[in-house]
Amino acid sequence: MGVTGTPTSIKQGSKTKGGIGESTLRPDGTLKVTGEFAYSSDMWHEDMLWGYTLRSTTAHAEIRSIDTAEALAMPGVYAVLTYDDLPTEVKNYGLEIQDTPVLAHGKVRHHGEPVAIVAADHPETARRAAAKIKVDYAELPVITDEASATAPDALLIHEGRDDHHIGHVPHPNIVHRQPIVRGDADEAAKRADVIVSGEYVFGMQDQAFLGPESGMAVPGEDGGVDLYVATQWLHSDLKQIAPVLGLPEEKVRMTLSGVGGAFGGREDISMQIHACLLALRTGKPVKIVYNRFESFFGHVHRHPAKLWYEHGATKDGKLTHMKCRIVLDGGAYASASPAVVGNASSLSAGPYVIDSVDIEAIALYTNNPPCGAMRGFGAVQACFAYEAQMDKLAAKLDMDPVEFRRLNAMEQGTLLPTGQPCDSPAPVAELLRRVKAMPLPPEQQWLAAGEQADVRALPGGLSNTTHGEGVVRGIGYAVGIKNVGFSEGFDDYSTARVRMEVINGEPVATVHTAMAEVGQGGVTVHAQIARTELGVTQVTINPADTQVGSAGSTSASRQTYVTGGAVKNTCENVREKVLEIGRAKFGSYHPAWATAELLLEGGKVVTDGGEVLADLVDVLEGESVDLELEWRHRPTEAFDLRTGQGNGHVQYSFAAHRAVVEVDTELGLVKVIELACAQDVGKALNPLSVVGQIQGGTTQGLGVAVMEEIIVDPKTAKVRNPSFTDYLIPTILDTPTIPVDVLELADEHAPYGLRGIGEAPTLSSTPAVLAAIRNATGLELNRTPVRPEHLTGT
Amino acid sequence: MRVNFTVNGRKQEADDVWEGESLLYVLRERMGLPGSKNACEQGECGSCTVRLDGVPVCACLVAAGQVEGREVVTVEGLADFAKQREEGCATGACGGTSLQQAQQWQARPSDKVADSQNGEGAELAPIQQAFIDAGAVQCGFCTPGLLVAADELLERNAEPSDADIREALSGNLCRCTGYEKILDAVRLAAARQDRQESGV
Ligand code: FES
Ligand code: FES
Repeated sequence: MGVTGTPTSIKQGSKTKGGIGESTLRPDGTLKVTGEFAYSSDMWHEDMLWGYTLRSTTAHAEIRSIDTAEALAMPGVYAVLTYDDLPTEVKNYGLEIQDTPVLAHGKVRHHGEPVAIVAADHPETARRAAAKIKVDYAELPVITDEASATAPDALLIHEGRDDHHIGHVPHPNIVHRQPIVRGDADEAAKRADVIVSGEYVFGMQDQAFLGPESGMAVPGEDGGVDLYVATQWLHSDLKQIAPVLGLPEEKVRMTLSGVGGAFGGREDISMQIHACLLALRTGKPVKIVYNRFESFFGHVHRHPAKLWYEHGATKDGKLTHMKCRIVLDGGAYASASPAVVGNASSLSAGPYVIDSVDIEAIALYTNNPPCGAMRGFGAVQACFAYEAQMDKLAAKLDMDPVEFRRLNAMEQGTLLPTGQPCDSPAPVAELLRRVKAMPLPPEQQWLAAGEQADVRALPGGLSNTTHGEGVVRGIGYAVGIKNVGFSEGFDDYSTARVRMEVINGEPVATVHTAMAEVGQGGVTVHAQIARTELGVTQVTINPADTQVGSAGSTSASRQTYVTGGAVKNTCENVREKVLEIGRAKFGSYHPAWATAELLLEGGKVVTDGGEVLADLVDVLEGESVDLELEWRHRPTEAFDLRTGQGNGHVQYSFAAHRAVVEVDTELGLVKVIELACAQDVGKALNPLSVVGQIQGGTTQGLGVAVMEEIIVDPKTAKVRNPSFTDYLIPTILDTPTIPVDVLELADEHAPYGLRGIGEAPTLSSTPAVLAAIRNATGLELNRTPVRPEHLTGT
Repeated sequence: MRVNFTVNGRKQEADDVWEGESLLYVLRERMGLPGSKNACEQGECGSCTVRLDGVPVCACLVAAGQVEGREVVTVEGLADFAKQREEGCATGACGGTSLQQAQQWQARPSDKVADSQNGEGAELAPIQQAFIDAGAVQCGFCTPGLLVAADELLERNAEPSDADIREALSGNLCRCTGYEKILDAVRLAAARQDRQESGV
């Protein structure tokens, strides 16, 4: 395991200890292992109240009345608020389309929608008070799939919709639609010697971050409010919160509190506005902490999808064409559905050269739970389907599945379905070669040993369901492509403030951004960048808040690229200022001040030849440099709404997996033995964190392959398993070893050549596991997660 | 009701506790010890793992009243607990913590004060340091529970196999790391402990 490959050389700053490329340790590590790190659920304030949310017990209903009198009369209850108590005319919020009510009004559109909120002096009091609120629902028929959503007489989930997508969708219950047409797929199909098609189903996955939605709102003396919360994007929250409260943005001061994972699930507002409303109403600090049950209702999930694909290939194994239709279930509110549609469609062909494509992706409005961002964002569902198709084609052509993929692998310069050329390294064939070349785990050890099998290593584990009989092994491969950053013309910028000064006789850099550290390690990397660019060892990372400009979202694998880029850019400008001060103070002592290229390294000003000109302490004595600058990556453009053509993405990342599984074919139990990954990261700023991210992403892909699914009753649209008892995420026993081979091929357009890493491993992990299970069992398996009944035919 | 118990070696008294309150709630909201985390409050995730008279338990499943007169060690007391165990182990009599041993254990003020910004200078248990060094901490929400469980494993079994580690930590969910680095951390702590004992 480790970082290999030949990094393309990219100009970078100085070599200072703890700089980029080193596996420096997390600055928050010690606080996290001692229990002192303050997560959003750990906030405490004297005299604070506890908030609680009453949620709808039905998925689609008119609200005839809400009676809060009994709840309000309970001792210890300070406020009970419904839609009627909202202070302004702005009563909805939303990431792109403002269609989500702060509290339900008129009707509820999904199971678990917030209807009323309570503040009380003990969480149990708040819960009991909520239970006393009487809501009179008049049930409506539920819309749960494409047929019921687009029927000519279908009830409209959002009557009077007037967002900017409405002109382009065939039915108001379709959030967004993106077709992509390039070449002539029908004509190209005539050249195909083999054609395969398939229908695939991807279940609803949950981010299941461990730290529940939580935070604290503290009313300010100026009529404003201070909000401490776990989120992925402070400024996006602020834009949605302030109008509902009727406050100017500067009166809503937001500070990031400790975030216990996110994975897309904190892109949307959850308890933020509710806590502020209760705090402003009661004049007291209000803390809200969701329990796990509420958390399943409190955030959007990964879109479940139905995907129909057709691929053709010539008998020498070249892809001729691809047609696909992807139907994503967005649930009751839009959230990030339009962008998910853009990703699913534009990445639906995968990392392959296919000149003729005919693609359509849509997202539906239904009464199912709202779906939005989750790691892999639209690309995950497509990868599951196109990789199954690749295996089918290879089998039909009697070719090795890896060789077949390599034969069709895209490379630098290949055009995507959108007509956009990939203008950075695309080592798809190389990643497949590498992952295949990694040593395989030994053949069924329990068999070879000839002794009694260690049942812990077998499918079913300690439950002693087998001692090896009926267990077969399979191997499967997959590869995927994910865009990095926000696409389709979005102004995807970040801001960094950097100060340099002398403190206690040492040069110190302070970095302040609004980047949400959600566990990914951005804080580690920002300090590394500052050390590299400013030549200091002491770097302080200020807490993220709204006192500094927006950093954009911690999602889409973009933070190290964009906020990392902003920190780098600001540091470079700070460095120039520091050098100006140096020139003014010491320029006359040495001609190199004027003529040489100067670096800051190891606390000194040095020439690129390594000659020391001054100590930073002397340069900065009595002065400080302080800059706040925005930074942008290359602009992108929207996809054409009819043809899907356009330079919509800024960068891509690629990962390949090999899965080895053992299946108990009698009981339908699966044990993943190993999940090897090869990924290109452009430049590993922190190799230890890079590998950790790849292993984490791989495990989430494993989860959705064999166990994770939110089960929604198709008749009532109610969620059946909102708990960790019933929604299963992989434990350490379900997760195999994950050897990682990291390749570094620099993207010359990106800071340090880096490439976003967090999402790509989530893509290919799922189809690799599925391919391995198919390989072991010979079954077709077109649905994920795979359940025992799919394997035993019961 | 009133509950008297010992937390990290200090006698504690909690007043006005509701019958329904869990040990986890009392620790977090009444004692000001939020180190034990609340990720499911259902006994499924292990984030709230503490030791009750030496035995790892899910604090969310223990009713506050059940701890009357008993000893609790949380992640906040882990470093001190491990240190005293190590000192007790100088004789080589290292095994599980007996009830008696657990009750004799006292928290002692640490002479090093942790840096308030990044915790630098905090005295750590070997397993805590290993989690940092191995990169086993990402969001860190699972970390306190895992540390308590892993520390107890190493106390029982100084040279755990991978299968032993997986079994011991199977009640602790982590959503970020994929567990590989957590395994690395436990192996690292075991190796360091081994080296220390053999005096290398
Ligand atoms: S919070 Fe106690 S086990 Fe999850
Ligand atoms: S590090 Fe985030 S849950 Fe384990």
